[in-house]
Amino acid sequence: MDKRYLDYLDQLEAEAIHIMREVAGQFEKPALLFSGGKDSITLVRLAEKAFRPGKFPFPLVHIDTGHNFPEAIRYRDELAERLGEKLIVRNVEDTIKRKNLSEPTGRYASRNALQTHTLLETIEEFGFDACIGGARRDEEKARAKERIFSVRDEFGQWDPKRQRPELWNIYNGRINKGENVRVFPISNWTELDVWNYIKREGIALPHIYYTHERECLVRDGKLMAWSDFIYQEPDDVVVKKQVRFRTVGDMTCTAAVESVAYDIDAVIAEILESKISERGATRIDDKLSETAMEDRKKGGYF
Amino acid sequence: MDILRFITAGNVDDGKSTLIGRLLYDTKQIFADQLEAIESSGRLNEDGQIDLSLLTDGLKAEREQGITIDVAYKYFSTEKRKFIIADAPGHIQYTRNMVTGASNSNLSIILVDARKGVQEQTRRHSIISTLLGIPHLVICINKMDLVGYDEQVYNQIVEDYKQFAKKLKSKDITFIPVSALKGDNIVESSELTMPWYQGPSLLEHLEQVPVSQDFNLEDSRFPVQYVIRPLTAEHHDYRGYAGKVISGTYKAGDKVTVQPSGQTTTVKSVELGGKVLEEAFAPMSVVLQLADEVDISRGDVIVKAADGLEVAQEFEAEVCWMHNKALKPGAKLLLRHNSTETRCVVRNIDYKIDINTLDHLEDVDQVQLNDICRVQIKTASPLLLDKYENNRSNGGFILIDETSYATVGAGMVAEIEY
Repeated sequence: MDKRYLDYLDQLEAEAIHIMREVAGQFEKPALLFSGGKDSITLVRLAEKAFRPGKFPFPLVHIDTGHNFPEAIRYRDELAERLGEKLIVRNVEDTIKRKNLSEPTGRYASRNALQTHTLLETIEEFGFDACIGGARRDEEKARAKERIFSVRDEFGQWDPKRQRPELWNIYNGRINKGENVRVFPISNWTELDVWNYIKREGIALPHIYYTHERECLVRDGKLMAWSDFIYQEPDDVVVKKQVRFRTVGDMTCTAAVESVAYDIDAVIAEILESKISERGATRIDDKLSETAMEDRKKGGYF
Repeated sequence: MDILRFITAGNVDDGKSTLIGRLLYDTKQIFADQLEAIESSGRLNEDGQIDLSLLTDGLKAEREQGITIDVAYKYFSTEKRKFIIADAPGHIQYTRNMVTGASNSNLSIILVDARKGVQEQTRRHSIISTLLGIPHLVICINKMDLVGYDEQVYNQIVEDYKQFAKKLKSKDITFIPVSALKGDNIVESSELTMPWYQGPSLLEHLEQVPVSQDFNLEDSRFPVQYVIRPLTAEHHDYRGYAGKVISGTYKAGDKVTVQPSGQTTTVKSVELGGKVLEEAFAPMSVVLQLADEVDISRGDVIVKAADGLEVAQEFEAEVCWMHNKALKPGAKLLLRHNSTETRCVVRNIDYKIDINTLDHLEDVDQVQLNDICRVQIKTASPLLLDKYENNRSNGGFILIDETSYATVGAGMVAEIEY
């Protein structure tokens, strides 16, 4: 084999680093959206590769719904501390109070939609012109259509019919005042690529990604972590299960999967065997309609 | 494991989405919940089976109209390779989206309906694929089930295509008879239905097409994207040039020239993430430290002294126009080439290319959406260019509208004047 052979993970990494540096080179006030989930943890590692031994040319920004897993929040704070990078947290709770917004109620209540309000407010507060996010095209059919540099208007809206063509490795980050660009460096990665990369890089994750015993509610055949935030009905039963999380979002709309995978090799083996997609297995929010994700993105969702 | 990026093209009803659906389905990359979502939509194909094309048309408007509007990216892998599919629309009014998908692809699958043979769209997509320098073409003659798997029909289409392909510069063209709907010759070879066909199935072919030599490792080009200056006690004098090796190779000790200033120096080290590497080669993203303090900023290009690179402000290019507002001579635009952006003027439109015949249409006073033309461009500041046919990574550029900032054109350098 030619010694100048680049493994697929190296190729994906090189592409993502190039995209991050384009953000640093083209924008004045970029930010990296960081939730403490595996995809944004991967972005942070890529940023280290792109900019060390220098500092990141952007802060880490977390839009905290207040309904997050405490393990992910702890991880978030420790990581920012260890890297010596700036972390900005804005709380959905504050937006709700300040703007007198109503909280969604009922069986499928989540702060997913409210998160968009806080995100747009935060973008305005700091004047962010680019927000790097960990979305992947393999996650969902509407995301499969999105560009790597996704231009949003002053309301944060995505218009799939007016996307800029994106050619070669040239990214057009030119925008008018008030607009911003969402940038997705790991667009071309799959769930499995992310796990293989985390393994190769030896990255520690919040332990909820690995099997643990947890009290869960069974809702529409899905296991929801029991918490104070979740809507409860009188006949709900709390059961103890060995579970792990494939995605880590809000506790109210992210379901656990039953699992015995205690380490990364076991997780990778489990994903290879799985008959269910990542979001299909875990997300309540995508199921509300056939175009739930597309509609949310048109509304400014990340 | 390496990556093959490919595009699928073909007429609207030639079964492109079904082919992709079939590739994903037969390689078991479709999850049960995604199938269930299609099943629950209640849309079945004429055989009463689930409609695999629904896997790729992700937008509401696409589902409403039953056509693909924009490029969708799909992923699958086998033990041998990871694949990235750019599923491009077939409609002529979305040619710009096909160009988008083609710009990053190393292989193009062009579908031909066996009942209809070589069509205008077949020619158009073949021409666009070769204009964009895609090294490998695969002509999939689809719907063989509807012509009774007839060898004569297949041979006739191959013959017709070869006749047309004489005009193309493409060196690697492969023909495969398939039925995307039935799954013949997509993943498994179909010895039962087409015993006369001895070649590989589509997937076998995709797995074995060589991709490593598609990277140019000869002409060393390193456009600087960002300068790393930590200014910490530990790295007080550190200055690293962050960028991507878009072609060629770099290692410590290499003599290099910084363009456009022309200063020469030596590579002190090649690094990534603070770790020293022995060598960097395309398409790696790395950091270069240089032996001497030279003035370098974003947009400069570090090249090996031995390699020639044209520093030019005037050149000719092929441009695919991607906007509703027509392009006219004298148009002032922004031009972005790797990490450089400059103003430019389109001084002249030499001719328009008929993308059905490759003929040149002269005396054109404007260029419309989806037209491909040859223009003369003059830029405000010098660019460091290669001809597109010699170096795909350094010969392409985009044109941006000065006020709306829309990407309005894709350009490929054809002739450099100096």
